[in-house]
Amino acid sequence: MFRNGSTPSPARAKSAESTSPLKGEVVGPFAIQFVAKAGYARAMRSFDVIIVGAGHAGCEAAAAAARRGARVALVTMRVDDPGTLSCNPAVGGIGKGHLVCEIDALGGIMGRVTDRASLQSRLLNRSKGPAVHGPRAQVDRKRYRAAMAETLAEFPNITLVVAQAEELLVESGAITGLRTAVGTLAASAVVLTTGTFLGGILHRGDQREAGGRDGAAASDLGAALRAMGLPVARLKTGTPPRLDARSIDWGRLEMQRGDEDRPHFAQNPPPITPMLPCGITRTNPETHRIIRENLDQSALYGGHIKSVGPRYCPSIEDKVVRFGDRDGHQIFLEPEGYDDITIYPNGLSTSLPLAVQERFIASIAGLEQARILRAGYAIEYDHVDPRALAPTLGIKTIPGLYLAGQINGTTGYEEAGAQGLVAGANAAAHALDRAPLLVDRASAYIGVMIDDLITHGVSEPYRMFTSRAEFRLRLRTDNARERLTGLAIAHDLVSGEAQARFEADQHARRSARTLLDTLTASPSQLARAGIEARQDGVIRSAFAWLRFPAVTREAALRLWPELAAIDPQLLDSLVVDANYASYLERQDEDVASFRRDEALQLVNGLDYANVPGLSHEMAERLRAAQPVTLGAAGRIPGITPAALVALLPYTRKAA
Amino acid sequence: MTIATIAALASGRPPSAIAVIRVSGPQALAAVRALTGREPPPARTMALRSLSDPDDGSLLDSALVVVFPGPNSASGEDLAELHLHGGPAVVGGVLAALTALPGVRLAEAGEFTRRAFANGRMDLAQVEGLADLVAAETRSQRDQALALAGGVLSRLADGWRSRCIAILAEAEAALDFAEEEADVAARLEDMAAVQLRALAAELAALLADAGRGARIHDGLTIAVTGAPNVGKSSLINALSGRDVAIVTPVAGTTRDAIEVPMNLDGVAAMLIDTAGLRDTDDAVEQEGIRRARARVAAADLVLHVIAAGDAEPPRDARHWLIVNKCDLTGVAVADALAVSALTGAGIADLRRRLSEWAQAVVRPGEPPLLSRARHRAAFADAAAAIADAAMAQDAVLRAESLRAAAQAFGRIAGRVDVDDVLDQIFSRFCIGK
Repeated sequence: MFRNGSTPSPARAKSAESTSPLKGEVVGPFAIQFVAKAGYARAMRSFDVIIVGAGHAGCEAAAAAARRGARVALVTMRVDDPGTLSCNPAVGGIGKGHLVCEIDALGGIMGRVTDRASLQSRLLNRSKGPAVHGPRAQVDRKRYRAAMAETLAEFPNITLVVAQAEELLVESGAITGLRTAVGTLAASAVVLTTGTFLGGILHRGDQREAGGRDGAAASDLGAALRAMGLPVARLKTGTPPRLDARSIDWGRLEMQRGDEDRPHFAQNPPPITPMLPCGITRTNPETHRIIRENLDQSALYGGHIKSVGPRYCPSIEDKVVRFGDRDGHQIFLEPEGYDDITIYPNGLSTSLPLAVQERFIASIAGLEQARILRAGYAIEYDHVDPRALAPTLGIKTIPGLYLAGQINGTTGYEEAGAQGLVAGANAAAHALDRAPLLVDRASAYIGVMIDDLITHGVSEPYRMFTSRAEFRLRLRTDNARERLTGLAIAHDLVSGEAQARFEADQHARRSARTLLDTLTASPSQLARAGIEARQDGVIRSAFAWLRFPAVTREAALRLWPELAAIDPQLLDSLVVDANYASYLERQDEDVASFRRDEALQLVNGLDYANVPGLSHEMAERLRAAQPVTLGAAGRIPGITPAALVALLPYTRKAA
Repeated sequence: MTIATIAALASGRPPSAIAVIRVSGPQALAAVRALTGREPPPARTMALRSLSDPDDGSLLDSALVVVFPGPNSASGEDLAELHLHGGPAVVGGVLAALTALPGVRLAEAGEFTRRAFANGRMDLAQVEGLADLVAAETRSQRDQALALAGGVLSRLADGWRSRCIAILAEAEAALDFAEEEADVAARLEDMAAVQLRALAAELAALLADAGRGARIHDGLTIAVTGAPNVGKSSLINALSGRDVAIVTPVAGTTRDAIEVPMNLDGVAAMLIDTAGLRDTDDAVEQEGIRRARARVAAADLVLHVIAAGDAEPPRDARHWLIVNKCDLTGVAVADALAVSALTGAGIADLRRRLSEWAQAVVRPGEPPLLSRARHRAAFADAAAAIADAAMAQDAVLRAESLRAAAQAFGRIAGRVDVDDVLDQIFSRFCIGK
């Protein structure tokens, strides 16, 4: 399909600014009950939870709050905002794929939506241990948006409000609602998921314009947050130019295809659609020369941008400057959809002026004639120091106000969605007086991320890596449901149907594990089956034998044909458990002591300066971080064991 | 979920008259059983017990033992106290034996207190006072780790910590970014094995140095070797000021290794006279020669004695060449010490040099780098983890072992944070599509 000179999908090629699938359509009860109407402004509508922003965090927050039974207003500026992928057309990856599986296990929607929009998927790190396997899907932008709209439409208690959010309403220090351009909404909980729209400024060369994304207005809620005493800082990120697929010389490029087994996120496999490949090309010394000679015109290097960008997603200017010894950097050409001529050249994020973008792109193999549909740009935006947040993602000092996504200093759809789920579930809990949803570091990447954010704050946009998780061997995509669905059930985040299925799955898992513990073999039996094993005469269970590298899943099936009765996916997951068992057992004490310290909650609003036995330095560090538990205090850099003992009198056991 | 049993010295730093080791946790009573070889005495009753190393049965100390079954104990858990003689070797030996037991490890600073608090055995005022104590304890541990060892341990641990972070960064980069940065994985395969082996070798050397503590206690060994009748025994007599070995002009007079203790300015040393090393048919003398060779192989220093005018043997740094009978010829030999055991010429100079050497080896002013059980445990953990990492097939498990190693180094040199690792990754690899 991606032949020389052709487009990814010749049918119905439209321009990049093609119309939204939502425009002019009515999608279920979700659609536009509350679009701006003259005269509406005087009426006051009442909700349980208001979500500001309908990006990945906002949609997931709305769905989570709705699953808990809250009446939700989803406030966004344009009707087709929900499900917009503002940067690359891909979801998942290493660490990020874990987050999507966890969202799914908690009843969330990102996994389902991604699966339905997938135009190619791969399992990254397949050759490495299962703990770091990361599913990643290239998605069709329009299908993603449509699938998101349909999914949100399944919730009759979500109302889409198309309006600019203007002011948070606060009475006696607590949230009471939101004033919008079309009227006032009452609710005791608000979730802000404003993405890059808070004080957003787009940079392209020396041109600057206010905006949250190309073609969308910025929001000035940032000033309001500052006025509320919240610590606000700035970060930056960027996006590459978009290219016209018809102008790319595909015949010269190496192609990267998806995995035939079509990795996916949600439990049910999605309908099979054809897979589109991505192209691979490289920058070269000539590209680098052009960039270097024009660095002074880059917004980043010309001094127009002072905020910090992510080190792991550098602009091409950054790569050329910081890794000057390289003669080339890989560029992935990702299709944006089945019927879309837009190509996302992953690896070419830039804030150079359009004319320079055109020149360096033309220097790259296969892109000599490439036409730029939309120039790349850098964007600076406001975020709130996430140390102001509790583990619920609620602002500690303002009851009812929750934040999720880039506003907390993170980057990435998956990070945003995961926070949205937690913030939405907790906003609903606040409004409906239910138990908060708390996810800890030993249970999920979501817990790792939230704890990192609220304990350490951010110095650059925060992205998930598996190296951030100290209990990485436990936190796998294959056991996400086992880790989290029980928690989701306890917090009304999954349907009765999903709950029944989970319970059946758990039952199957326990029986399969029992079978593995019951079946045994001696070393000589293994030898007779042609499996190398230490001849120590010890008869071991199938589970114990699976710890040995020589005893693979296939070998086990040969030795114990009964295992064929176990669902293959379940057996895979149990084999991983067995492979990692000795490491997991060693970590048990770490997990136990982690949970002990997490159970000791520090008194709210503790004045560290007056805690006897705390040095000035310790008090200062603790004051800055405002840890919620003794465990969190221990994770603050520089906090000594003595300081923890001094804090003991100010703790109480969590209920 | 398992709760570790923790052990630590509860009294002041040895040497002291009495040292009290506390053991708290589910395995506390089992630990008493393991070291005493019998049931613990009745609750809250002190009894005299012999403590032995369960590993080899060697006697560690004769101690007063008392147990407090939980929850009516200071920590709220099963608690045992061992009242020992307060020598560092005794305390170190008992702690080593305890922490070798399954489920028992050294307590972290403040851990007893925190357990006591968690189990409701302490009121708030008591805890407040204890924070200062723990601060002092932590400070003194750091002092011992970093200051008392003359900064050597600190530099070593820092160096290892950063090398460990470098290797870990490679491993983590290969897991988190291999798909975006194709050559990360290949570089890891090439470099990790070499780096891990080098690190493991240095750790092994450091752990071997843990034996310096034993040498302070037992004394250095100095073997005196040389051809028969070259004057070895005369030299020993001259150095030690005692007439021990039988000195006769007949070759082969010294039939066995003879040990003569001497004091080198406060450092105990053992001079070992060896039977003349020569080919012989005499069965008794052959056995003497075999033993002599073993003593020489194990000695900290070898004084190889030749007579003036004899040919020089090959030697390494551990060998000093002593030219005896210089009174007879007066011939000087390069890099050798000329003495006359007969007249005493050069003996004072040799003593001085031996003393300097002994001070340099034992460094009596500072404890051996790994004399503290805590440090030994940390480095042994690191060494084991690095060995695991070198052998691991799965990249995730290799990284897991490296994390464990970094954590162990961190217990000496400060925590290894994920940000340390990420900083390394981002400075060395161009990450990101």
